[in-house]
Amino acid sequence: MTLHLIDYAIIGLYFLFVVGIGWALKRYMKTSLDFFESGRSLATWITGLAFISANLGAQEVIGMAASGAKYGILTSHFYWVGAIPAMVFVGVFMMPFYYGSRARSVPEYLRLRFDEKTRGFNAISFAVMTLFSSGISMYAMGRLFELFLGWDINLSILIAAAVVLVYTFLGGLTSSIYNEVLQFFLIVFGFLPLALLGLAGVGGWTGLEQRLAEVAAQRGFAPGVLTESWRHLGSASANPMGVEWFGMAMGLGFVLSFGYWCTDFLVVQRAMAAKSMNAARRTPIVAAIPKMFFPLLVILPGMVAIAVLPAGAFEFGGKTDYNMALPLMLQKFYPPGLLGLGLTALLASFMSGMAGNVTAFNTVWTYDIYQAYIRRDAGDRHYLRMGRVATVFGTVASVATAYIAMAFGNIMDLLQLVFSFINAPLFATFLLGMFWARTTPNGAFFGLLGGTGAAAVHYALTGVAGGRTSVLHIYPSDMAQNFWGAIVAWTACFAITVLVSLVTRPRDSRDLVGLVYSMTPRQRDSELPWYRRPAALGLIVLVAALFLNLYFR
Amino acid sequence: MRLDLRIPIGLLFALLGLLLSLYGLVSDRALYAVSLGVNVNGWWGLVMLAFGSAMLGSAWVSARRPSSGA
Repeated sequence: MTLHLIDYAIIGLYFLFVVGIGWALKRYMKTSLDFFESGRSLATWITGLAFISANLGAQEVIGMAASGAKYGILTSHFYWVGAIPAMVFVGVFMMPFYYGSRARSVPEYLRLRFDEKTRGFNAISFAVMTLFSSGISMYAMGRLFELFLGWDINLSILIAAAVVLVYTFLGGLTSSIYNEVLQFFLIVFGFLPLALLGLAGVGGWTGLEQRLAEVAAQRGFAPGVLTESWRHLGSASANPMGVEWFGMAMGLGFVLSFGYWCTDFLVVQRAMAAKSMNAARRTPIVAAIPKMFFPLLVILPGMVAIAVLPAGAFEFGGKTDYNMALPLMLQKFYPPGLLGLGLTALLASFMSGMAGNVTAFNTVWTYDIYQAYIRRDAGDRHYLRMGRVATVFGTVASVATAYIAMAFGNIMDLLQLVFSFINAPLFATFLLGMFWARTTPNGAFFGLLGGTGAAAVHYALTGVAGGRTSVLHIYPSDMAQNFWGAIVAWTACFAITVLVSLVTRPRDSRDLVGLVYSMTPRQRDSELPWYRRPAALGLIVLVAALFLNLYFR
Repeated sequence: MRLDLRIPIGLLFALLGLLLSLYGLVSDRALYAVSLGVNVNGWWGLVMLAFGSAMLGSAWVSARRPSSGA
């Protein structure tokens, strides 16, 4: 498909503003705290929108539309069971320790609460993980624009990387956060017409239900399987995801989502930049409000795609690739002009995801690896300079991983799997660390190692239908294997942490003030108006999510 | 004094909205066959223009009241 002058004008205007924001913020970057933590001064609506935007990378926008096409409304569990309760939990219960401990990063919290080796394990695995996910996301973007618009993949990757580098280098975290908010609005304004036009084109929700009932029947499932989120979770064979309700609620809802939203520094960093404890706690909860409606923006177009596009639309070289669902929908419904806006939204999502990775990487590198192990006692100016160097290095390394992804597609799948081993057990460590004062540094470290190991063993011993056969258990889908692997990793980490903690020496309770629930004065917010109380806001959000689950059950 | 984020957001959306709605005015009606016959550029451009102006307006109001900053 071809673009018109108006489309290029819109994309160009967006690039101009993104770089302009970085340039305008440059003069505020005086200390390393300004650069890495935004001087802890941002308003709640800004940190809240950045909180969801940092996660709105390639996987989110393209992947959720693809899942919408593949699994239908079952994909909404990533939001209404997964993200929303986890975001409320991190705001109400965990943020007091993150923000209150004055830790500058998630790994640094682990050092304050436990010890150096636990921090080192987390910091190094996080740094490697961020670089690879940022590279994988860039590769996905480049490939998409190549397939869709015929743009040169090298050029797309280099331009996107250069723009992200300029604005994060100049304005640090503030620039990244400001641009994420801008990108949030672009994503909403760029994709909302697609959802509305798509729904109108297919004859409203009832029209969509009728069409998807036919598609479901063709795929050999009950008619409602693509439009009803709970009714078909009784057994794993009754739905295309191959998961039953327990694996869904525990694996995706509890372990994977809480693990991601509560411990991943990429998102937590946004809340830590808030101007006060109260603002930091409300950040994820304020973020949960628009997040609840994102299935409309990112999943619905995928569902409409399988309803309105011909059956062969997703066949590329003999393989079914639902990743093209969103671009195909843009092509079908957007005239020139709006198409430029839709592509800008797509670019914005890629760039905000990448900038989020780069700013989280430079902080963890500078504070948790460089300052911890390489140069301990330099002046603040030195660390600010190191942060800028790390920004350049992070961007260059992301580009390098994008090319690795291009050369070895299968290795990347394997790496993403390895990352899921690392992330899944972490939430058990934090839960025990924050709410059980008896948890010891050795307990946490060996629990994490054991949990990661258990996930690897689970992966080695199980298979997916149609794959390896000489295994102990065969899951109906890789989704099911992934969810159950997470449950195994979490349980192993929890059990090992408790057992090792009981036989090793805990830290002096005086050292745990501000880090553990029982040693920390309660947050007093009863004198605040209800809309500033994290617990009250959180409750409203949870009730709304419950309602959405029931309505689309 | 920090950069008020509402200013760049407001400016960008007002400009994008203006650009889209003007394009909607002058463009060929045949373009809108894909969008179910609706002149989406015109209408969505106006929505974006309104959003951008509201952002700018709210930034202007709070700049005049120095006590409350964003």
